[in-house]
Amino acid sequence: MKENVISVRELTKRFGDFTAVDRITFDVRRGEIFGFLGANGAGKTTAMRMLCGLSFPTSGSGTVAGFDIMREGEKIKRRIGYMSQRFSLYDDLTVWENIRLFAGIYGLTPYRTKRRAVELLSRLDFRSERNTLVGSLPLGWKQKLAFSIATLHNPEIVFLDEPTGGVDPITRRQFWELIYEAADRGTTVFVTTHYMDEAEYCTRVSIMVDGEVRALDTPAALKRQFAAESMDEVFRTLARGAKRAE
Amino acid sequence: MKNVIEINNLSKAYGNVQALDSVSFSVARGELFGLIGPDGAGKTTLFRLLTTLIRPDDGMATVEGLDIVHDYRAIREQVGYMPGRFSLYPDLTVEENLNFFAALFGTRVEESYDLVAPIYRQIEPFKKRRAGKLSGGMKQKLALSCALIHRPSVLFLDEPTTGVDAVSRSEFWDMLSELKTKGITILVSTPYMDEARRCDRIALCNEGRIMHIDTPQNIVGGFGGKLYAVAANNMFALLQAARSATGVAECYPFGDTHHLVAVEGFSAELFVSEMQGQMIKNLHIERCEPTIEDVFIKLMQR
Repeated sequence: MKENVISVRELTKRFGDFTAVDRITFDVRRGEIFGFLGANGAGKTTAMRMLCGLSFPTSGSGTVAGFDIMREGEKIKRRIGYMSQRFSLYDDLTVWENIRLFAGIYGLTPYRTKRRAVELLSRLDFRSERNTLVGSLPLGWKQKLAFSIATLHNPEIVFLDEPTGGVDPITRRQFWELIYEAADRGTTVFVTTHYMDEAEYCTRVSIMVDGEVRALDTPAALKRQFAAESMDEVFRTLARGAKRAE
Repeated sequence: MKNVIEINNLSKAYGNVQALDSVSFSVARGELFGLIGPDGAGKTTLFRLLTTLIRPDDGMATVEGLDIVHDYRAIREQVGYMPGRFSLYPDLTVEENLNFFAALFGTRVEESYDLVAPIYRQIEPFKKRRAGKLSGGMKQKLALSCALIHRPSVLFLDEPTTGVDAVSRSEFWDMLSELKTKGITILVSTPYMDEARRCDRIALCNEGRIMHIDTPQNIVGGFGGKLYAVAANNMFALLQAARSATGVAECYPFGDTHHLVAVEGFSAELFVSEMQGQMIKNLHIERCEPTIEDVFIKLMQR
């Protein structure tokens, strides 16, 4: 059994009398692509914010990258990468400037920054775009660059919040190949998506409904468990039962 | 007059970005017409042109026989528009937003209640809640109610289901089918290829151009070439190995399998033996039917 890089027990977040995340318990293993699914309002974003050290749990316990969620949020932030659909890079900076900025934030030495940047640009076939403003890149390129920058500091885990929303079908697949490669190198990937075909690409998938994790297994096992043809069907079966008025 | 929307060589650029490049098509009365494509395909620009919010650089278009440049006032009274970004008043309640939009169009909610009721009833229990405090799915239903309040004959919906979960998305399409039975012509855009089959006809768009227009059935029917679904223990290794196999034009991830586009020289037996040579374990291969997404990928590669 591979070691766990995320391990949470009974993690709960309440806002007043509203329980956004209700005693969730799960482990994510090193090198896994872990799909974190749920209907709108199921509590995914709140849960993810707690895992990233951005929000303090009301109760429960857990570790991310070996650090305590309750006490070591700052250390967690240094060991993870994060990318979302809404914000990832600065449009008014060039490709190179964005790389330097984030390398600086993550505390990379100038030597390591240069090495990682060259590596990154050649892997993406981006060398000619070094001095292009990020704002003028097509969305798909931007997302690929954002992913590479989120993993610039070799984080143990990278959190991806709907990374492929609105991206064309070819780029969406190229993006998933980057995810596969990263997982192959041992980076753990924690990803949310509304594309159910992408749920099939994950090693394991959890599905949240009304603040709880209602199902967690490999896509194949979930399909067997729910006698479903696809993850889309599994998701519909579970999400239809949602009580929370979204 | 048969066509509700007529578009001829419509073009629009922002600086040196050609957002819409000589687009032409028409939409018949009562049709549910889908614009399918990723961000940057020109979908929003087309909506803004047809709803008279911006003017074209070139070409022309009519909505209900009215010119989008000269007859803009008349068009605005007749169409309903739901922009991609939530654009109701967050500080007004659900009820106040609906009343406000009714007043803007010189009508009252009661006069169109029968039309909006199937949708509005789902959010009516929250009518005293401020619109800004609604969840994504509820905002979407309120926005659709507001777009319908003046009984438009044409409805423009710009990515109404983006970022919405699979269940709410499917419910939204049920509402559109319901509106269609009332004779409303609907032009709707979406980046989700699986939603295309809910439309009468679709236009596959990319980078300001329309790559193909037809019924969803005809579009998948015209895929041409043979498509296979392949799977193995290590899907990533399979993907890389399959791409260099004999007679494989393309291989890309597709749900729990990879889709493989076969050309001249391909045979399943040969493929199986080639994969064995590459240490691919537990290989499964079978013919499969193309989807809209397969067609889209093929068209993009031209």
